[in-house]
Amino acid sequence: MAIVKFSKRGFERHVKITKEVQEKIPLFGTPLESLGEDEIEIEIFPNRPDLLSLQGYLRSFLAFLGRKPGLKRYIVNKPQKDYTVRIDSSVKNIRPYTACAVVKGIKFDDEKIKEIIDMQEKLHATFGRNRKKAAIGIYPYEKIRMPICYKALKPEKIKFRPLGFPKEISGRQILSQHPAGRDYGYLLEGLEKYPVFIDSNEKVLSMPPIINSYDTGKVTEKTKNVFIECSGSDFNTLDKTLNILVTALADMGGNIYAMRLVYGTKKLITPNIKPGKIKVSILNVNKLLGLNLNEGDIKKLLERMGHSYNKGVVQVAAYRTDVLHEVDIIEDIAIAYGYNNFSPEIPKVMAIGKEDDFEFRKRKVAEILIGLGITEVSTYHLTAKQDIKKTGLKTDSIEVENAKTEYNVLRPALLVSGLKILSENFSARYPLNIFEIGKIFKAKKDIEEATRLAVLLCDAETDYTKIKQVLDYLFSALDTGYEITATEHDSFISGRVGRVVVGKEEVGYIGEIHPKVLDQWGIRVPVAAFELNLADLFEIIETK
Amino acid sequence: MEIENVVASLHPLERRVLPFLGKIDTLKDLIKETKLKEVEITRALQWLENKKIVTLKEDIREIIQLDKNGIEYLKKGLPEKRMLETIKSREMGLDEARKKSGLNKDEFNVALGVLQKKAAVFITKRNGLKIKILDNGKKLLEGGFLEGVFLERGFPLQAGELTPEERFSYRELKKRKNIIKTVIIKSKTARLTELGQEILKKGIMSGEFIDRLTPEMLKTGQWRRKKFRSYDVAINVPKIFGGKRHFVNQAVDYAKKIWIELGFEEMVGDLVVSGFWNFDALFTAQDHPVREMQDTFYIAKEGKLPEKKLVNKVKKAHESGVHGSRGWQYSWNEKEAKRLLLRTHTTCLSAQTLYMLSKIKEKRGKFFAVGRCFRNETVDWSHGFEFNQTEGIVVDKNVNFRHLLGYLKEFFMKMGFEKIRFAPAYFPYTEPSVEISAWNRERGVWLELGGAGIFRPELVVPLIGEFIPVLAWGPGFDRMIMNYYQIKDLRDMYRNDLTKLRKMKFWIK
Repeated sequence: MAIVKFSKRGFERHVKITKEVQEKIPLFGTPLESLGEDEIEIEIFPNRPDLLSLQGYLRSFLAFLGRKPGLKRYIVNKPQKDYTVRIDSSVKNIRPYTACAVVKGIKFDDEKIKEIIDMQEKLHATFGRNRKKAAIGIYPYEKIRMPICYKALKPEKIKFRPLGFPKEISGRQILSQHPAGRDYGYLLEGLEKYPVFIDSNEKVLSMPPIINSYDTGKVTEKTKNVFIECSGSDFNTLDKTLNILVTALADMGGNIYAMRLVYGTKKLITPNIKPGKIKVSILNVNKLLGLNLNEGDIKKLLERMGHSYNKGVVQVAAYRTDVLHEVDIIEDIAIAYGYNNFSPEIPKVMAIGKEDDFEFRKRKVAEILIGLGITEVSTYHLTAKQDIKKTGLKTDSIEVENAKTEYNVLRPALLVSGLKILSENFSARYPLNIFEIGKIFKAKKDIEEATRLAVLLCDAETDYTKIKQVLDYLFSALDTGYEITATEHDSFISGRVGRVVVGKEEVGYIGEIHPKVLDQWGIRVPVAAFELNLADLFEIIETK
Repeated sequence: MEIENVVASLHPLERRVLPFLGKIDTLKDLIKETKLKEVEITRALQWLENKKIVTLKEDIREIIQLDKNGIEYLKKGLPEKRMLETIKSREMGLDEARKKSGLNKDEFNVALGVLQKKAAVFITKRNGLKIKILDNGKKLLEGGFLEGVFLERGFPLQAGELTPEERFSYRELKKRKNIIKTVIIKSKTARLTELGQEILKKGIMSGEFIDRLTPEMLKTGQWRRKKFRSYDVAINVPKIFGGKRHFVNQAVDYAKKIWIELGFEEMVGDLVVSGFWNFDALFTAQDHPVREMQDTFYIAKEGKLPEKKLVNKVKKAHESGVHGSRGWQYSWNEKEAKRLLLRTHTTCLSAQTLYMLSKIKEKRGKFFAVGRCFRNETVDWSHGFEFNQTEGIVVDKNVNFRHLLGYLKEFFMKMGFEKIRFAPAYFPYTEPSVEISAWNRERGVWLELGGAGIFRPELVVPLIGEFIPVLAWGPGFDRMIMNYYQIKDLRDMYRNDLTKLRKMKFWIK
């Protein structure tokens, strides 16, 4: 989730933020988070990285408002004679792709520089997947000499003064000493060589995706022309990222120049801002949206979303990353039409509803126990290891990775949660009689989930008789017989615990909780309990 | 109330206490005379007051007693008096005066202070500090000190009954150490009202009224000759609590009922699923941030994939697209799809259901689920690692976006929200996508309730085999529960505070 902050002044130079506009912003698909004195905060969904800059946002929003509808066209000037980036084969297994451009004639000031840095950071964090898929470098054209080479070098061989650092250090030192190196160093970890951009003066421009050079990679108010590179693991992402950048810079007043990229024998030119083409059928639009639009309506609506339409073909701006299929175009039509203008309707289709059989039975079991005045509880499936230990159970439970809390194992028995509740409710009025129906997890060959029922009685008078009365009542309500055979269980008092057997199958256990367990939980009142595997039980009942 | 009715309503305890009233009125005496326990008398008096038979008055009395210095001074005289006696004949040094008077240092200083204040002595600084009696002092010795007179007054004394002079002395002495002390005594007195006096006059024969109806009386027919004591039917009684379902499950049951009434069939399934069903089958690219460990609970175990044919179709949808789509354009990894995890949404059930539909002829239907889902989160008032989601899909060649909004509106209206708003949203697996918000009247805000949309062809085609519109939604459910029960802290959902659970209202909509 990306929240962008635009300067209110910058925004209002193009669109006055009236009450009506405030309502339009979320209907455009960009929730309005807050509107402050100086700033406007807007959420941008991950499918629209082109809206992350003020220029990109206003371009699309003005179209949506009907002020500047249709596809906005940009001119890309041909590369000048030495506008070449040679991609060395050494980057192949490291950070294989780049897409580059030059933009000239921008009047940089503080506000513009800040806007560009913000856009760069937001693109890194979202579309660039924290610089893994795409990292962006922007350089003052005046400080570098074309052509440029993108290659990988041994970290010791890389030497330059990184931005925000007092002196020249090696590639390896950047990872350990520079803040950006510490944050993003993991992206280069374990690699024998690190990627660099080097100009024809043999000067390092940057070591992507970490940091630019102080000498050649710092845009200031004096900068007029910039060289832009995007590097990463996926060319398509880089292509789009570059398009988003150069169109935003063009909206700031810049002129776009292409670069020649030489991948071995393969040559190509970026940026490629030729609009994409996708077919859309009026029939499909109306069928999916439940509307009755004609071709003229559709053309108008598409233009509101920054597209152009001609005879069933939509031209989609080259910075749009989200158009994979006709349905994406149909959604744009829906947004332009206005979600608030659709009239909701329930189709008149006959259908018979049905509760799941087992869910129905679970509900019946709950009803039976409520009839005995027992209170249902509901707990987490994840529990803490120590709670399992306190219950006297083995702790070889299934653990989840990297949990942010101590609740990091899947519960092996409902007894654990039940005893926890009793221990926390010592000040409530006794008796504390509770039950829970829920899933437990066992690590076998695969992970087995079972739905169980646990009943716990806790009172000065509680004993085996009391809990067996509940079990008796439950089984008679279910019209099923059962037997109990003596057993041993770490949670229960020896000689006061039994297996619950139906037919020949064991479906659970019953007994008085061991004082050692109560002690570990800090429970000072006797507890008797049973736990049944409901799925097994109902299966047996069914086949009987 | 008629006097007879009042008499008929008297409880045995009231009948025991009432005859003594008029003669004695304090609780202490009543305990002595009636041989009842204090709590019984208190209750009886309270009931009698409710019936306007007595008026209760709580008296707070301040009793003054002599403290240990007071007792001593009563015998020996106050220090200031003893000092004056010592110096009445001549001027002397302070040390000498102290020694001769036999006062300790504290007493001497106090006496000196008092005497100076009363202008009874004069201290000179000639040749060291000397003290000398003045005329006022001589008069005091003759006429006596007010405070001294007060000490002889006889204790205990009631503070309320002091004369103005005594009150002055009392205040002065109270400032000093351990001379007098005051004790606050609270006592309840009961006074008969006119009604009470009338009742007493008439007599209150207790034998004529039945208090508790017993099986014995029913057997013998004794009850025929007697009257029933009337109860105070508005009386407060001790609370009892019945068994009940956990409030979250009450809400879940209600939501299920709505879906079933709307003709939906329930889907259920495992909480531990593979990445394949939770993400890949839902066209969520393998590098999508939601799949990272910071957000999803993974289990270090590999799960199984479904049949190869399906896996290949999903792979193709991701890599190069199906049904005219471009796909996500990356190389799909089977290993990533095998990773086991705790389901992050119930939408994995919808994916499984769609796949099930590919096996049958009638590829249509309406399905729902309400269930627990997980996300790797810290726990605080607004975050938790487990949450409930309600899921629904409608599979039919003829459904559209307006129908999606129709079902959502119907469901949320039934959940008690009167005003619903739809806005564009983004999910990797739906297009168009929509976010639902409901107006919360009390707080005057829009509550975001969750997302919905029409499943993308890249999802539907591999699972069912053709593109059929599938309306789908999966709003979180907990916000609605919290809104209904006015729960502010998400942790209270599963705190299982039994005292609170017992008192909580039922989910009745």
